[in-house]
Amino acid sequence: MVRTQTELEAARHTLVALLEDHPGVLNRVVSLLRRRGYNIESLTVGHSEMKGISRLTMVVAGDDSIIEQVVKQLYKLVEVVKVSDLSDDRVVVRELALLKVNATASTRAELMQIADIYRGKIVDLATDSVMIEITGHEEKIDSLIELVRRFGIKEIVRTGRVAMLRGTAGVTKAEE
Amino acid sequence: MMSKGRSQPEPHHPVKERRVLNGAQIACEALLHEGVEVLFGYPGGAITPFYHALHDYPLRHVLVRHEQAAAHAADGYARATGRAGVCVATSGPGATNLVTGIATAYLDSSPVVAITGQVPTAMIGKDSFQEIDITGITLPITKHNFLVLDVKDVARAMKEAFHLARTGRPGPVLVDLPKDVQMAKAPFHYPTSVELRGYRPSVAGNARQIRQAAALIRAAERPLILMGRGVNLALAGGELRTLAEQGNIPVLSTLLGLGSFPGSHPLFYGLIGMHGVNYANRALSTCDLVIAVGTRLSDRTTGKTSAFAGQAKVVHIDVDPAEIGKNIGVDIPIVGDVRLVLEALAREGIEGQRPEWLADLRRWREEALESPRRRNGHVSPQEVIHELDVQSHGGATIVTDVGQHQLWAAQNYVYERANSFISSGGLGTMGFGLPAALGAKIGRPESEVWAVCGDGGLQMNIQELATVVQEGADVKIALLNNGYLGMVRQLQELFHERRYYGTALLGPDFVKVADAYGVPARRVEHNDEIAAAFQWARTTDGPVLVEFVIEPEENVYPIVPAGKSLEDMIEG
Repeated sequence: MVRTQTELEAARHTLVALLEDHPGVLNRVVSLLRRRGYNIESLTVGHSEMKGISRLTMVVAGDDSIIEQVVKQLYKLVEVVKVSDLSDDRVVVRELALLKVNATASTRAELMQIADIYRGKIVDLATDSVMIEITGHEEKIDSLIELVRRFGIKEIVRTGRVAMLRGTAGVTKAEE
Repeated sequence: MMSKGRSQPEPHHPVKERRVLNGAQIACEALLHEGVEVLFGYPGGAITPFYHALHDYPLRHVLVRHEQAAAHAADGYARATGRAGVCVATSGPGATNLVTGIATAYLDSSPVVAITGQVPTAMIGKDSFQEIDITGITLPITKHNFLVLDVKDVARAMKEAFHLARTGRPGPVLVDLPKDVQMAKAPFHYPTSVELRGYRPSVAGNARQIRQAAALIRAAERPLILMGRGVNLALAGGELRTLAEQGNIPVLSTLLGLGSFPGSHPLFYGLIGMHGVNYANRALSTCDLVIAVGTRLSDRTTGKTSAFAGQAKVVHIDVDPAEIGKNIGVDIPIVGDVRLVLEALAREGIEGQRPEWLADLRRWREEALESPRRRNGHVSPQEVIHELDVQSHGGATIVTDVGQHQLWAAQNYVYERANSFISSGGLGTMGFGLPAALGAKIGRPESEVWAVCGDGGLQMNIQELATVVQEGADVKIALLNNGYLGMVRQLQELFHERRYYGTALLGPDFVKVADAYGVPARRVEHNDEIAAAFQWARTTDGPVLVEFVIEPEENVYPIVPAGKSLEDMIEG
């Protein structure tokens, strides 16, 4: 089945899970997602503002019934404290990428200009390359990558999506 | 919820709190605090400190002959008693041998606590002798598991393990104890409560959804109750019966729901699913409301999901929210302890008469029962189970292995009591029957316990005859011997051009085998010997084995081919 871009975006959910910060918790989550065949596009995890609680953000593709199962199955893990679906408009979504791009003395200026337009930063320089740091929505990063491809990309690293609700409300707030 | 209506023995406190104990002693203290009386286990190097400590505690240790049997026996014990079953094994192969038994318990939501030895913490991750990552291996087949790296955490891990195993949707929990943690010392204090931020099982159902469900029931002309293992687990048979009688609602059962509603009750219309009776499957296709209670609506129960109860609305009651809407679309979901939810539903008032619907069902059943049983020279397996039912008045605990005999045992015995049919329904584990029967008998010594096995499954754990004898466990064994892996042979007959390959079993002389283990045994080769054989078995003290030499190509009917709708059943 061929899906339009809008359908794809609609089928893509940003889930945030709060996890007990115990050894092996990430393994439990990832093992669950794999064995039940869920389609994970990105997954990122780090500390939250609460002691002993990690915050995991993942992008899952699937229709509503699949997403409902993902959420319920995550809740069955004893060390998963809370799961929220942050898929509405009131969310700030970001990804960070580092790009190492071929740059000679003659192309360096143009690359710096492109990075600037994308509100990227040059964070490292070498004789034949530059490293660009960029944050933003995935599409913005995709677009920058396309633009600098003709210079020759040596390396890319992307963090995967993180997300946070706008306004006072938060996914961790309800927990306390 | 396992906490309701169970008789838990008084906690035992032999050692004054705050004494300094080693990890092994702390684990034993925890077992006493949790009311454990018996462990099924097999020792080995990494668990020796635990066994050293165990010797000083008033806990019965049943030494099995293979760790798989320890897990099955703990499972059988749990199913028979409603209490947590405990099994113990050493690290490495001891732990991996538990895996099939743990998975069996997981698929059927049995409260089992497995304790394994592990290599000392400093040797973990170095491929040490008998080292295996058992918490990693059992991750997908336990409700939760623990690798305890500090002796100070042993008591808490044990407390949480039992809490998790028994509450909410029960399930197996594994506690892995490295040898140095078993030997290290710490002040002992057993926690009185657990703090698990991410674990809060729902108990009472949502009141609004219960009211909506009651309204649907009142409006239904052709409602059905479909009960599953959850009703047995919650001991909610009484509440289910009240609801069924109040609304004159026929009751059907999944394989593992059997027993929670009396099989002889006029509203009981039998087993549904792949090998369900035809009138039950027919009722499902015709009904306008299904009240599914404590069932995960597995593929063996529903057949093709798109055709399941095609004309019906569905009310689904289960303690595990993830089961609701997983396989079958639901109109009213109710998450909660099925016992409390059924009680609340009955209070809403769902009285109804439904004479036409009940008359239809009665007629379908009568039509089905008119078809005569097939007879030939061999012993009829259906007749064997029927005779056992007649002689034991439906009061025995029937523990089966997996295969054709399992379905004959489900179809031909009239289960009157909760948890009186014990069987591996989800994982379908051959080798389950004998060790699970041992566990059931030890848990329920006053009950007549029968292991009903085929010749394939019995041979998978036949070494447990030695355990049965050593423990003096009065387990009766009915062996239905057809010289085949009968269920697979049946599939080959029906769906693979009758090419019998890899299914013929040249068995031993089972009477001699039993005799060598010290188990009195008889062989039955004619239908007219069945009754006398059961009389002999039931009046003989201690374990016995009766081998019934049955028709080699007898089939289980009806059968719904895998992936087909329940209406596509094949009848013999």
